[in-house]
Amino acid sequence: MATLIILIVVALFLAAILTGGYNEQYLDRVKQNWLWDWITTVDHKKIGILYLIGGGLFFAIAGLESLLIRIQLMFPNNKFILGDVFNQLLTMHGTTMIFLVALPVLFGLMNVIVPLQIGARDVAFPFLNSLGFWLYFAGGLLLNISWIFGGAPDAGWTSYATLALNDFSPGPGVNYYVLGLQIAGIGTLISGINFLVTIINMRAPGMTYLRLPLFTWTTFVTSALILFAFPPLTAGLFMMMFDRLFETNFFATNGGGNATVWQHIFWIFGHPEVYILVLPAFGVFSDVISTFSKKRLFGYHSMVFAVVLIGFLGFMVWVHHMFTVGLGPIANTIFAVATMAIAVPTGIKVFNWLFTMLGGRIRFTTAMLFATGFIVAFVMGGVTGVMLAVVPADLQFHDTYFVVAHFHYVIIGGVVLGFFSGFYYWWPKIFGTFLDEKWGKWHFWLFYLGFHLTFFPQHFLGLFGMPRRVFTYEAGYGLELNNLLSTLGTFLMTAGVFCLVFNVLRTVIKGQQAPGDPWDGRTLEWSISSPPPEYNFAQVPQIRGLDAWWLEKQEGNDRMPPAEPLGPIHMPSPNYLPFVMTLGFFISGLGFVFHSIEVGFLGLAVVIVTLYVRSFEEDHGYHLHPKELEEGVNGS
Amino acid sequence: MKIEEKTASVAGLPAEPERATLEGKNKILGFWLFLGAETTLFATMFGTYLALKGETLDGPTPPEIFVMPVVALATVVLLTSSLTSVFAIMAMHQNDVKKMIRWFGLTILLGAVFLGVEIYEFIEYTHLGHTLTSSAFGSSFYLLLGTHGSHVLYGVCWIIGLMIQARHKGITVHTAPKFYVASLYWHFVDVVWVFIFTVVYLMGMMA
Ligand code: HEM
Ligand SMILES: [Cu+2]
Repeated sequence: MATLIILIVVALFLAAILTGGYNEQYLDRVKQNWLWDWITTVDHKKIGILYLIGGGLFFAIAGLESLLIRIQLMFPNNKFILGDVFNQLLTMHGTTMIFLVALPVLFGLMNVIVPLQIGARDVAFPFLNSLGFWLYFAGGLLLNISWIFGGAPDAGWTSYATLALNDFSPGPGVNYYVLGLQIAGIGTLISGINFLVTIINMRAPGMTYLRLPLFTWTTFVTSALILFAFPPLTAGLFMMMFDRLFETNFFATNGGGNATVWQHIFWIFGHPEVYILVLPAFGVFSDVISTFSKKRLFGYHSMVFAVVLIGFLGFMVWVHHMFTVGLGPIANTIFAVATMAIAVPTGIKVFNWLFTMLGGRIRFTTAMLFATGFIVAFVMGGVTGVMLAVVPADLQFHDTYFVVAHFHYVIIGGVVLGFFSGFYYWWPKIFGTFLDEKWGKWHFWLFYLGFHLTFFPQHFLGLFGMPRRVFTYEAGYGLELNNLLSTLGTFLMTAGVFCLVFNVLRTVIKGQQAPGDPWDGRTLEWSISSPPPEYNFAQVPQIRGLDAWWLEKQEGNDRMPPAEPLGPIHMPSPNYLPFVMTLGFFISGLGFVFHSIEVGFLGLAVVIVTLYVRSFEEDHGYHLHPKELEEGVNGS
Repeated sequence: MKIEEKTASVAGLPAEPERATLEGKNKILGFWLFLGAETTLFATMFGTYLALKGETLDGPTPPEIFVMPVVALATVVLLTSSLTSVFAIMAMHQNDVKKMIRWFGLTILLGAVFLGVEIYEFIEYTHLGHTLTSSAFGSSFYLLLGTHGSHVLYGVCWIIGLMIQARHKGITVHTAPKFYVASLYWHFVDVVWVFIFTVVYLMGMMA
């Protein structure tokens, strides 16, 4: 019945549009609106900002979820949030943080910075860039409206079968997980391909692979990992969706299915995913540390080599998440050794960062504080990682708070600190203003101390036997103090985040103007104005070496040598189709969540129609005449 | 005049129109990468099929249901369509729109025949009790073949759209990459079928 009503409404809606039953002036006014501008934008810098906003929004939601989880665990036998709601909070916290916060905020930085670092006017596929963002956002929205309609997913962020199948998770909860991640995942894959093509095909003349800044290198490797890690997830989510909606038997054991297959598929995706997250953070640190040490990065070539090696090994170790499944001693040993091998390239990177700082003229800006704080935290996380890779020990650690402590040390200590560092570092480039350093330092110290206070005690909770994913514990087993400390730490971290929010608001309202090169930077993005003009570079620059901009400054130049004469610049036009296509996916997802197959296919029909419209579209963009053209070129 | 705006009719077409612009080059590289992702997707489904194909429960097993002549027909038809799509691209390089459209038309016709054979095959299987929900074997079989089949269907719809465009716009540096990429896609779908033929049918009938 509901389906019928929806179909009728959509039909009327279409009829209204096709018969011109709308007010043309109204449409005109819509097009004047600033919101329309953002919805249709294909500018990589604006899309980057959209990613930052989207990621920030979900960060707030997931942060709130974690706060509630920790309040429940503050005291033994607490009765604040119990049972199913706790499971939902835990699941949504993990899922949101990994899929909707960590990667998207990094995508935000990449989108703005990578084209600038390689001297490109844009990314390879501006249309797809916009589509990628909207799909991510729609997927995230679909996941989060589950709180309001029908209950959130509650089978953990790994959504293990058979727990996640109908017998144990009735209701739409896990459907939201399956479909929301599917939609967001398509967006991620699209963005990954976009970055790869951009970096391969659109580098400025002279920008050879071994002159790429490290952030671009890590973006490159991360994108390659996305290319090969996300399709297995797509396939796995598809199977789980079929098991839940159409009674197939992929993972349902009573139909001959095999729940371990889900675990394999999930971790074939899942382990590379953690490197997808952390590599860009490595890139940020490399750029930040060399800039604020006023030295070129120590061992540039070995850094590149290490990144590529980590990316490669990342695919060889997924079974370390399954040591307790019972795959046998041979499999376990092979994967344990492979896992430990990753510590080698990681160690190379850590030493290179330290050697870069050694003897440098270090400036402890906020960005640099986050970078140095990261080194300490990440090394600790790596050490517990190697401990977990010892199979007999893992039988003890597995599914205890020790694992929780490990992955928060690497993910917060690596990814989140990395993002914050990059955020303070590139904010002036992106927005043309400075974030306040004093508030930035408050942010750092509160967050950093809170982080250690939260997660350091969790190592001991794990060693004392507290399992993960439980919503309460008994008094008298030595768990009270560490749990209390852990929760207090969460409040400190929250206070730190509030400093950040305050800082951002303050800066947006009355930020101090930033010049083009505020930090005395080394890489190409600092050679143009802040914020960069729409076309990035009036003339595509000629690259003459590593740290291209620094090189020119050393030779006394105040601009990059141009590789082409001044001329009109080709720009892509804004487009609303990505948004419409996303709407189709969203409707489709919502339909399938509620087992309404008609609505599901209706949404897909919208997608297909937009694909056709796009294919037939005759739009070659427009030309811009850079400012210098009008003002007359200064200098030679 | 920038190369982006050049059309075929004016002063001829570059030798490889699909790679004449940066846009075209990007499209082709991006599509190769996309095919890399698709390979991983199919690899996952093949892996799942191999893991689950023995779980037939009380239903029919592969040797009981697979019929060689039907599968062979489907294979021949699809492989031929790959050849005709090569001819289409050769016609494109000769700047002969009409010929290109004709070869593409033949390509999707063969694609449609393949789909027809597959539908017939699936209906037969269903009568024998081999369905999507009959067992883990059924689920993984239909997922793998269904994903491949829907790729063929998508290709047919896509190339129809391109044929319409070819009629209106001809071969330009703007449309050429689209035709080229579609033919890449078609070859890819064919290659996947070769693997299905080997892993699912040949290995299934040998067991
Ligand atoms: C030297 C590097 C590392 C090693 C040796 C390592 C090892 C391990 C092992 C063996 C486990 C499985 C523990 C268990 O479940 O019993 C694990 C879990 C985990 N690791 Fe790491 N790891 C390393 C780096 C990282 C990095 C860089 C990240 C993320 C950026 C990460 C994120 C995770 C996550 C999320 C889990 C838990 C997944 C779950 O069960 O929910 N690890 N690690
Ligand atoms: Cu792992």
